Amino acid sequence: MTSKSAKIAKTPSGNASGPLAALASALAGGAIEVIDLTQTLSPDFPTLVLPPELGQCTPFRIEEISRYDERGPAWYWNTITLSEHTGTHFDAPVHWISGRDLPHNTVDAVPAQKQVAPACVIDCSELSAKDADFLLQPAHIEAWEAEHGRIPAGSWVLMRTDWSKRDAASYANLREDGAHTPGPSPAAMRLLVEARGILGFGTETIGTDSGQAHHLDPPYPAHYILHGNGRYGLQCLANLDKLPPTGALIIAPPLKIRHGSGSPLRVLALVERGATGGKA
Amino acid sequence: MTEPLTPPKRKNPLKKTRLPLLPSGIRSRTAQMLTLVAAEGRFALPTCLDCGAVHYPPRDACPKCLSARIFAQEAPAGGRVAAETIIRTSTDPYFRERMPWRIGTVVLDAGPSIIAHLQGDVATGSRARMEWKLDKSGQAVAFALPEKETPNMADDPQLREMTLDPKFRRVLVTDARTAVGQEMVKALAAQGAAIVFAGLAEPWKPAPVRDALAAIKGVEIVPIDITDTDSVNELAGEIGAKVDILINTAEHIRPGGLMERKGVGVAREELEAGYLGLVRLAQAFGPTMRFRGADGTNSACAWVNVLSVFAQVNWPQFGAHSASQAAMLSAAQSLRAEFRAGGVRVINVFTGPLETEWYQAVPPPKVAPSQVAAATIDALKRGLEDVYVGDIAQDVRSRLAVNPKAIEREL
Amino acid sequence: MVAIHSAKRLGYEGVAVTAPVTVPYRRFSINSAHWWIGRALRGLVAASGLRPADIDGLSVSSFTLAPDTTIGLTQHYGLSPRWLDHIPMGGASGVMALRKAARAVQAGDCDIAACVAGDTNHVDSFRRTLSTFSRFAQDAVYPYGSGGPNANFALIMSNYLRKTGATREDTAKLAVAQRENAMRFPHALMKKPLTAEAYLEARAIADPIHLFDCVMPCAGAEAFLVLREDIARDLKLPFVRVLGSIERHNAFADDAIQERGGWERDLDELYGMAGVKRGAVDFIQTYDDYPVISMMQLEELGLCENGGIVEFVRGNTFTTDGTCPHNTSGGQLSVGQAGCAGGYLGLVEAIRQLTGQALGGQVKDARTGLVSGFGMITYDRGLASCAALLGKA
Repeated sequence: MTSKSAKIAKTPSGNASGPLAALASALAGGAIEVIDLTQTLSPDFPTLVLPPELGQCTPFRIEEISRYDERGPAWYWNTITLSEHTGTHFDAPVHWISGRDLPHNTVDAVPAQKQVAPACVIDCSELSAKDADFLLQPAHIEAWEAEHGRIPAGSWVLMRTDWSKRDAASYANLREDGAHTPGPSPAAMRLLVEARGILGFGTETIGTDSGQAHHLDPPYPAHYILHGNGRYGLQCLANLDKLPPTGALIIAPPLKIRHGSGSPLRVLALVERGATGGKA
Repeated sequence: MTEPLTPPKRKNPLKKTRLPLLPSGIRSRTAQMLTLVAAEGRFALPTCLDCGAVHYPPRDACPKCLSARIFAQEAPAGGRVAAETIIRTSTDPYFRERMPWRIGTVVLDAGPSIIAHLQGDVATGSRARMEWKLDKSGQAVAFALPEKETPNMADDPQLREMTLDPKFRRVLVTDARTAVGQEMVKALAAQGAAIVFAGLAEPWKPAPVRDALAAIKGVEIVPIDITDTDSVNELAGEIGAKVDILINTAEHIRPGGLMERKGVGVAREELEAGYLGLVRLAQAFGPTMRFRGADGTNSACAWVNVLSVFAQVNWPQFGAHSASQAAMLSAAQSLRAEFRAGGVRVINVFTGPLETEWYQAVPPPKVAPSQVAAATIDALKRGLEDVYVGDIAQDVRSRLAVNPKAIEREL
Repeated sequence: MVAIHSAKRLGYEGVAVTAPVTVPYRRFSINSAHWWIGRALRGLVAASGLRPADIDGLSVSSFTLAPDTTIGLTQHYGLSPRWLDHIPMGGASGVMALRKAARAVQAGDCDIAACVAGDTNHVDSFRRTLSTFSRFAQDAVYPYGSGGPNANFALIMSNYLRKTGATREDTAKLAVAQRENAMRFPHALMKKPLTAEAYLEARAIADPIHLFDCVMPCAGAEAFLVLREDIARDLKLPFVRVLGSIERHNAFADDAIQERGGWERDLDELYGMAGVKRGAVDFIQTYDDYPVISMMQLEELGLCENGGIVEFVRGNTFTTDGTCPHNTSGGQLSVGQAGCAGGYLGLVEAIRQLTGQALGGQVKDARTGLVSGFGMITYDRGLASCAALLGKA
């Protein structure tokens, strides 16, 4: 290069020694790890099962458009079809009838600022292993808080069950009387939403609610209470066992679907190296 | 007495697969009146509506009165074999590799003499029962069978060229979750199919029938979801070269027409499980089956679509479903043309409403799933192409033939 | 209802048949039918001393002329005839062409009619001809084993043997006699003597048809001229007269299986017209696509009593110099079957025999000869039957 090399135009930039620069350096140096909390989108991944006369969750499907062939000689690409609620996905308030009239209740209206937020992880894996119908109760939350401190407002609460480690059949865990998967009790949801002011609730199972949640009062309390109060849901999460009870930062931006009720998404967690999980 | 068929030896994977050849499929348009009756397994002969004279081969004017009003009319199927020959030399490549081949002149009780293929137990001087069969070219041919069933009759090599007998063949039933699929699996196993591949989609969903089906000798449970291209392709990669008969039992039956339903979601599901499923199966399994059309005793021979008879005329109570079935019927016709070069028969089994949960509110008569399976087995053994199962299907077929507008208004 | 009586038939006075021409046969030919027919026309010109322009009538029989018919051939050969016919009728071509040409000449529609039959035989022609021979064959015969005429005639022959009590030894007798005749005929493709043993032991083609029951398809052409007797005399051409002739098609449609051709319906007229006693001929040329069909003709044309065919075959030699000379050039069985020319073979040979021009064995003092034509098996039987009695001029 000669001395005549063009000058790079200067644009306004952040403070080279500010928190983001520190984050970038921590990411580059490995002091902060990025954990992928997402299940792979595949046709084999279970979807929510409803009575067949109701509308169904469209499963993930993938069709080649071309693969270096007569349909497109030098490129490979696919068309995918899926519902807003297939695979690891985000629930917006409008998803549930209780949230249908709230402002900013669709995925395209979720403020960007809320798409990055801290998480509290409550480990229910042992209790869920013993009882597939395990329901998270206020007592479990209070016990967790006794150990890790009060759940801060505006944070995600993620319910770790290790359900994501199961094979597809025991993951869906369907029996004659429907699905048997863990989830929150109505009281727990009320506590988290009304008393703690959480941003949202996340699970490893197919829904934020338990498999038998239609028998609860209100039915589907997670959906009903979260969305009725403008909060969000995350489900089909994975790798929650790799998160510390507190201190993880969740990046969960749904696709900007006009009037969308939810969205498949890639969920990432930033974790300080060496942090470990905590039990309920 | 016919030599019983022996189970085919395992195929030498180093051996070249014999290519399918076809007998001459050239026919006059008039002669296609016999293709129609052969497709349904009826015996009819060209008959003059003016003077009643029965003739053969099919003509465009009556040889007694020159009337042009000639139709294939049901006729007595009996006859006597007046002469026979064993053809040992042929200029035609198809017959050349199937020599010797027996044919005969049969004097029909209905009048005309007819040159016919002879089943091995039929000989000069003997009485015979005539059937129209579809040969590998898909065209109608006369076949003289013994008047009464003889031992191993169906194993006659000439007859087996015309039929699609599941004996010793390997069959894929694409959806064993359906009641029809389950009955089909059981019936095929009972008919001596070498393997019945019973397809189950979404293995993560409970399938109470799985163990019962898997316990049947010769049945293998295989994963296949015909709404998922990858799944269909994967199974074809594993067993595609071993599927001699494919029976598509997938169904997605929902009531309703077009206007009252909100959105296209259900219609799309109907197409995914119906028309597009058929397309996926055709792409994944079709080319190999067509290639294997003459691959020995267990050559690929048949593709069966189980369809609602309302594929032929819309039933508004299940209007959108009827439309998806119509798409499948049209696709089946395309498939028939595409399979022709391999001599693989496409059978459409048309049923009326089934005795299943989706037709719960429909009054009888309804078709038991086992009836559909029995009719399919019968179609395979006789080599039919169009089958109407149950009173409703028969009724619709008859009414359509008389006045398609009337049935359109009445349904 | 009007009762319709046939009119009394006119004779063929003033008509001469002459110039027998054979274009030597070949098993396979790379030439077209047009080439073979052209060679035959040239042979007629050479044999008669006429110029091509003198030919004002043309009748052609061929299966392999497609997409042309006789009309296209006029331009092809530079002819300008005023009477034209196209008779692709296989084994009936010769006699049918003769009858029509004779009437045309007699009526003055033309003076000199060239009658030609010719077909080529490419390596794959035979298969193609079989598969598209007729609509009925397409619809109702070819798909049944595709055995061609062999399979059809096998059904007819098996029934015939059973009904008449004839055996393969009897059909052998005719085939062997024809081969003996052919040994002296220069154009015969079959040059090896045939014994009854060889006939009987030959490989089966379509039971009971065996190899030596079958003709060999080949390329070739045959031709003759039909013209006014005065012109023949001016040209100093030896000629024969047509004493009588008949044709009948689809004669016994209700017979379940073919046991007779159709001659018997008009036989009295044939002999009556000619003033010849039934069967009193010096030789007979039958259409021998299979020996069994020759047996059928010998009986039906009155060479023996009804029902007496087996005895008759056993009691005659059928050789040129023996009793009941039959297919004196060797017939198609030994000369070869050049498509429609096979329907001319016996007629051209008869002209030679009656004009003393035999290329092979000459029947001594031959004055009256019978030629019969048969064929066009479009479904299960030969539809065409015809015959002509020819007399030495």
